[in-house]
Order: sequence, then structure tokens, then C-alpha cells
Amino acid sequence: MSLISPADQDKLRDAFAEMTRPVRILFFTQTLDCETCLTTRQIVDELPPLSDKITIEEVNFVLEQDKAKQYGIDRVPALALVSDEGDSRIRFLGAPGGYEFVALVQAVLLVGGRGPALSAGSLALLAAVDRPVTMQVFTTPT
Amino acid sequence: MAFASPHVTAYAVEATEFPDLARKYRVTGVPKTVVNDEVEILGALPEDAFLAEALREFRIENS
Repeated sequence: MSLISPADQDKLRDAFAEMTRPVRILFFTQTLDCETCLTTRQIVDELPPLSDKITIEEVNFVLEQDKAKQYGIDRVPALALVSDEGDSRIRFLGAPGGYEFVALVQAVLLVGGRGPALSAGSLALLAAVDRPVTMQVFTTPT
Repeated sequence: MAFASPHVTAYAVEATEFPDLARKYRVTGVPKTVVNDEVEILGALPEDAFLAEALREFRIENS
């Protein structure tokens, strides 16, 4: 049974229909000692049925440490969004429930071709960045 | 912002699931943004104010 109401599924299907590029969600998980990995799996599994441009690729955090390192993942559950253009450098740590699900949907749309909704000034500031910047945004479930 | 710059990586972190990170970065309220373990921004700011603050260290270097 879906976690999303039929009405919301329709809205999401319409939104995802605008996607022009495929988005792969790398789902880093482990079987033991991960309280929210199963919840996260249930949440991300809601997406592929709503768009043929969205796929989930499960990555075993214990067995595939190289991949985890490659994507800067040091804990699970974690998501990394990748398009056919490569890594979007957008990550989610923890189960994307509540408002974080909205953030995940927005991120999928962004990576899926909608592009950044930033001002010209912001884009210019970001274009001037020439060394690694890591932004961690802490949220709580709402 | 991560999408707009190849140098930026963005993590949305669920604070209650990772109390060690919440403690390390002294997360007393949300949203809280930590940039390169140096700049801390508490609360939601308008986009331009957020970026000015988030990239503050770069401006100092550039000025």
C-alpha cells in the first residue's frame, strides 16, 4: 500500500512528467543496525512508479565502501542524486519523510531538467566558487 | 546551489536521526546550515542573504 494518497500521486506524476533527464537515486543502506533504512526504502520506492525517468539503485553501505566514499557518504540511510550528466552533489542523510519528502521531490525535479531556480546574482556568486564547499542543512521531521 | 556549482556539495541531514552530528554542530534549532564546518547559519534566510553568509569566507579571501 502506498504512503502517498492517490490525489498526491497524480500531482507528483504531473510534476515528474516535465522531467527531461533521467534521475538515478543511489540509496545507501545496510541491513543491520539501521533504524530508518527500511522506512527510507519504502519512501524512495514510491517514486519510480510515478515516473519512468526515476530509478533507485541500492548500494550496500557495508560491502560497497568505495562507492560510499566516492559519494561522500559516511552514514546510512543516505541518498545521492545522479543524472545522465553525472553527480548532482545533492545528498539526503536520514529518512526523507515529512517535509523532507517535498525537498526530495524538488531535488529530483531540479536534477531532472528543471534547473536551478536561483537568481542571476546567486548564480554569479556560485560561479566564483573555486574550491570545495560543503553545505549541511539540518532539519527535523515535521 | 550544489547543482549550480561543481564545487558545492549539499547534504540535507535529518538531525534527530544523527544526534552525533547535531551535537557536533550544536544544532539547537532548524533549519541550521553549516558550511565547511566554519560558517553556521541558523534559520531560513532569503536566498541572497543566505548565499552572502554561506560564502562569506570566500569574500574575505577575495577582497
